[in-house]
Amino acid sequence: MIQTINFLKPNRDNIKNYSIIGTFLVLVSLIDVISNAFLKINLTSFLPGSLTTLFPLIIGLIGLNMMRIDYSGNKKLDLLNKNINTNNFNALLTLLILFSIIKALPQSLSWMIFDATISGDSKDACTGTGACWTYIKVWFRRFMYGMYPNEFHWRINTAFILVIALGFVGYFMKENLKKYLALYYVIIYPVIAYLVIYYLISGGSFGLQWVETGAWGGLSLTFIVSFFCLIFCFPLGMIFALGRRSNLPVIKYISICYIEFWRGVPLITVLFMSSVMFPMFLPEDFFMDKLVRVIIAITLFEAAYCAEVIRGGLQSLPRGQYDAAKSLGMGYWKMHIFVILPQALKLVIPGIANTFLALVKDTPLIFVVGLAELAGMLALAKTNPKWLGFAMEGYIFASIVFWIICYAMSKYSYNLEAKYKTER
Amino acid sequence: MNNIIKKFIPQILAILFVVLIFGFLTLNAQTNMDNRGIDFGFGFLSQESSFDVQFSLIEYSGSDSYARAFLVGLLNTLLVSFISIIICTILGVIIGVARLSSNYLIKNSAAWYVEFFRNIPLLLQIFFWYYAALRALPMPEKANAWFGVTYMTVKGYYIPAMVWQNLNVFLYCGLAAIISIILLKNYANKLRDTQGKQIPVLLYSVALLIVLPLLSFLFGGVSLEFEIPELKKLSKISYIYEGGISLPPELIALVLALSLYTSTFVAECVRAGIEGVTKGQKEAAASVGLTPNQVLKLVIMPQALRIIIPPTTNQYLNLTKNSSLAAAIAYPDLVLVFAGTALMQTGKAIEIVSITMLTYLTISLTIAAIMNWYNKKIEIKEK
Repeated sequence: MIQTINFLKPNRDNIKNYSIIGTFLVLVSLIDVISNAFLKINLTSFLPGSLTTLFPLIIGLIGLNMMRIDYSGNKKLDLLNKNINTNNFNALLTLLILFSIIKALPQSLSWMIFDATISGDSKDACTGTGACWTYIKVWFRRFMYGMYPNEFHWRINTAFILVIALGFVGYFMKENLKKYLALYYVIIYPVIAYLVIYYLISGGSFGLQWVETGAWGGLSLTFIVSFFCLIFCFPLGMIFALGRRSNLPVIKYISICYIEFWRGVPLITVLFMSSVMFPMFLPEDFFMDKLVRVIIAITLFEAAYCAEVIRGGLQSLPRGQYDAAKSLGMGYWKMHIFVILPQALKLVIPGIANTFLALVKDTPLIFVVGLAELAGMLALAKTNPKWLGFAMEGYIFASIVFWIICYAMSKYSYNLEAKYKTER
Repeated sequence: MNNIIKKFIPQILAILFVVLIFGFLTLNAQTNMDNRGIDFGFGFLSQESSFDVQFSLIEYSGSDSYARAFLVGLLNTLLVSFISIIICTILGVIIGVARLSSNYLIKNSAAWYVEFFRNIPLLLQIFFWYYAALRALPMPEKANAWFGVTYMTVKGYYIPAMVWQNLNVFLYCGLAAIISIILLKNYANKLRDTQGKQIPVLLYSVALLIVLPLLSFLFGGVSLEFEIPELKKLSKISYIYEGGISLPPELIALVLALSLYTSTFVAECVRAGIEGVTKGQKEAAASVGLTPNQVLKLVIMPQALRIIIPPTTNQYLNLTKNSSLAAAIAYPDLVLVFAGTALMQTGKAIEIVSITMLTYLTISLTIAAIMNWYNKKIEIKEK
């Protein structure tokens, strides 16, 4: 049916008439939809029934059809035709997308901004029909720091700043120390970070009051969990990736079993295991904190994914690299550390970044074992009798926060990929 | 000698390490269980479960065994995965193709769709649909009919149920249609290879699929009636729909979140697959004189599918594993029914968690094995 609307055949000779009439028709259809959406005025109420709703679509389609002139000589028109108006089907989709954006805009804008409330500090302030951002404002500290005592929030902030600053040491290291960089990041940095987080956030010494891990929560807990899992799962994954490609059958099969096992089970069952089954496997008088157990569980789980990504990189290196290294008399470890891994890791940056992204997106799952990070705090706030009925605002807020974190990470990985790309 | 030491020492150490860890853990488990008076065993599976499950595909009540409760959970997991896989495939293909569109608006909307849905944790999306979006739906008495016979309410989605007479005849006819399609396909391939003739297989198959089951209605005594849900007053303010099938809101939220989230990954697979077929292939096919349809069917799709299918199956596997998040909104899937309720009641942590993990492991490894076999089969054999 769409194909048969070609009764008007515009060409270069009548370009002026057609382009003007076409533009006019498209504008009419847009104005109709906009006035309908924003001002709630139906300009076409004189038309019968469903024709009212279809009117802008039909008018717009005819207009776009008239504007579609090949090689018109008008640069703007050509650009428009090439991008949104190549044929009738494309024109229809273009109009549909435009119209749905225009229709959705006023509703969501008024809900999120114009009718929303942000003043006040109790539920009573929210009288409008829009969103109640007061809820987010009041609960903000809880969402960020969980049940951690308000007066000690500076400890979490300081710890994070310290850990981030220590992470940037690599940038400022002297040239002659750079060869120890890997050693630093794999062994020294995790230990220092652990000590910083333990002594600052947990407290208990240096005159800082002890805060048990049950009180940790909110976005800061998400960061803590993903940070430790990130730095531990990478070296572990590397070991298993090398193990899977080893010539020694025992090591190879142990690695395969490990990787396939963790990749075959969902994270939620792993977390269940860490919370209900794992304590049974520990010595009787040995107590391990729930948070530590969760971090170990997620690390073991993600290490398997990491291993598969790194193995992909190892496999894609040409055989010549191995042969060349061997012919120089390098042993297994020398060959891998100086020749194979630097090249392989460069290749798998996007894959590793994806694994890390998945890890960050998986951290809300720790909610099922009773650790209240951001999603858990939302569930808690949602059931607070003083603040019933604001689930939507809470989840939108959390989605935006996570979206920004994950989007930034994926964009950063693109940059890394471009930076380390070497001509091959 | 030196070589042998180099080869064996690490292996022996590795074995020792693994054995030590497992031995240590088992020993601890033994003492712990002795101390607490728990015995190890799977005998509890045949005991009466005495808990109820809200939503179940098979007959189930509290007097059934734990093994049956396990089956209920497993079937619910498979159901939600199956529906989500179908929806996410359809969405994923559409979005993936849209990302390659020449239309600026379509291309960018598709790209934003992908960026939006895959950068928000799945758990949050499930929570959003379940706690925020679906809670805004009308109560049963105020619901408007969708398509005249279905009702979307805050208590779930009510759809008409199908009441069959002589269902087996209908199923046999469907089976016969599928078998004859396979035979037809083989025959067509043979004809093409030996005589170079082409038969419109797709057209014939669709006709077969429609006509044979239709014949069963006319001659096989099959009849189909729809039981339409009807509003019923329970008490002064409480209404409910009776008849038909009710899909609980947990299922809907889960399907929505899983399929929207996974469709972004499927879309990326589809895009990569289509982009992976080099332009030269298309031009070569066209210059041999194939029509655009033939180019798509005989040259582009077989090569694109070879790139698309392995990662897409991986995504299906991920979806199935992710469906375990159902436990967070109390949809009675394997994790909630078995690793949740059953574990609470029996206290058999080790047995139940390992059965649950082994079940998922079996599903994953089976699909992975099938995939490996398929990959071997479709691999381009270079001479």
